[in-house]
Amino acid sequence: MTYTVDIINKAFVNDAGIATAVIRNLGLTLSNGEFVTLLGPSGAGKSTLLNLIAGLDNDFEGEIRLSKPDGKTARVSLMFQEPRLMPWLSICENVMLVCDGSTSQRRSSALHWLSLVGLSGAEYQYPAQLSGGMLKRAALARAFACEPDILLMDEPFSSLDIPAADSLRQLLSELWQKRRTTVVYVTHDITEALTLSDRILLLSSHPMQVLEDVRLTSQRPRNPLENELLALAERFKQSLADPA
Amino acid sequence: MHNHPALTRVLSMVVFMLLWQAAVMLLKPDLLPAPLAVLTNLLEHINSGELPHHLAITLRRIAISFLFAMLLGSLLGLLMGHFKRLDLWLDSLVTLALNVPALVTIILCFIWFGLNETAALIAVIVNKTPNIAVTMREGARAIDKRLLDVARAYQVPAARTMVKVYLPQLYPYFLAAARGGLALVWKIVLVVELLGCSDGVGFQLSLFFQYFDITSVLAYTLAFACIIFALEAGVLRPWERRVLKWR
Repeated sequence: MTYTVDIINKAFVNDAGIATAVIRNLGLTLSNGEFVTLLGPSGAGKSTLLNLIAGLDNDFEGEIRLSKPDGKTARVSLMFQEPRLMPWLSICENVMLVCDGSTSQRRSSALHWLSLVGLSGAEYQYPAQLSGGMLKRAALARAFACEPDILLMDEPFSSLDIPAADSLRQLLSELWQKRRTTVVYVTHDITEALTLSDRILLLSSHPMQVLEDVRLTSQRPRNPLENELLALAERFKQSLADPA
Repeated sequence: MHNHPALTRVLSMVVFMLLWQAAVMLLKPDLLPAPLAVLTNLLEHINSGELPHHLAITLRRIAISFLFAMLLGSLLGLLMGHFKRLDLWLDSLVTLALNVPALVTIILCFIWFGLNETAALIAVIVNKTPNIAVTMREGARAIDKRLLDVARAYQVPAARTMVKVYLPQLYPYFLAAARGGLALVWKIVLVVELLGCSDGVGFQLSLFFQYFDITSVLAYTLAFACIIFALEAGVLRPWERRVLKWR
């Protein structure tokens, strides 16, 4: 089963009425359960693409087909760059917000995912009481708790320090191996892309297009210092520095 | 003292009463009765049943007009905050309404609708609605769209989005509007009663004024102030604590 994203043109119009094309002729096919990383320079329009897939922005030319074989639309979840938790809801209520079912079902799945991300004991605290790393964990729990068919992640760990980001990436890998869902992961960090993904799409900017589509087959956990990965990293670095 | 804010509040009132009593005993002014005399007078008015009767009527008017003003003002303010065109259309009208003296609205309502209950209530509602609309417009403008995007991206059902994501952002504004609303509404209700009603606290006060009965004026004021104080302490402050506890 696959989902397809076909953007013919996405432009932003400024106050003076001048349109700038952000994305042009970009086609993606996402296979079920695949971890796809969109790797591209900052400001290329990667977040814009995620917003289109998430349905937050409907102002574009093209087509996004997220229907499942049973005809239903795929359930999408989106992890933003910042945690974006509701400050007036406890951590548990924040996760419950996105779950389906009766209140008790929602509570038990929220508590389940919070324990999986290591937040047992902090469920009934408010976001203002938690550290940045813990907030990211809560946001990660929320992203999985709604049982998404497609999980969109927009540089979710970019604002963390290196050890915290590493441990969250590892946590993400574990959760994803437990519950295989299609992931679209946006980053400009080459090492991160190489450690997490099944497939990397290298993107250009202005307008955004796919430069390369690379499949990674090596076993997880991966060591980014392996020769094969190092070579890829070098190549990506070249293309990102000099897109032409 | 720092640990007992409630005690401090009560104590400040007690000190004020003692100073008042002492001043009256020392200076024996003609036009200022002692607090004890006011208290005795208050009990007489309560026992005769006349104060509870008029107080109940006034409180009813306050409740109805406050409720309608909050509903109308919130609706208007939220619509104006969310729809720029509507805001442009109504902005000058609201500013005008804010600056029309309460007395003018009251007189016009009584002239146009007659000396009746409906006219009295309309007068208060028309006076208060613009203030609430302006506060709620601020609230609507301060809504964080990024949090609403979370609800949208996760396809949270509309009712849940309303209760858990949208309304909580407005609670501080509702509170501010209710606070200011209550303080203003009860003052306007008294003026309305003074001008065009044949019952209620405002009407009673105008009678006492004609008889120069200062003790009774103060007794009614005291009863009234106590009730407003109780509303503030018993309803508004606990509500505020509940909705803002996450801070």
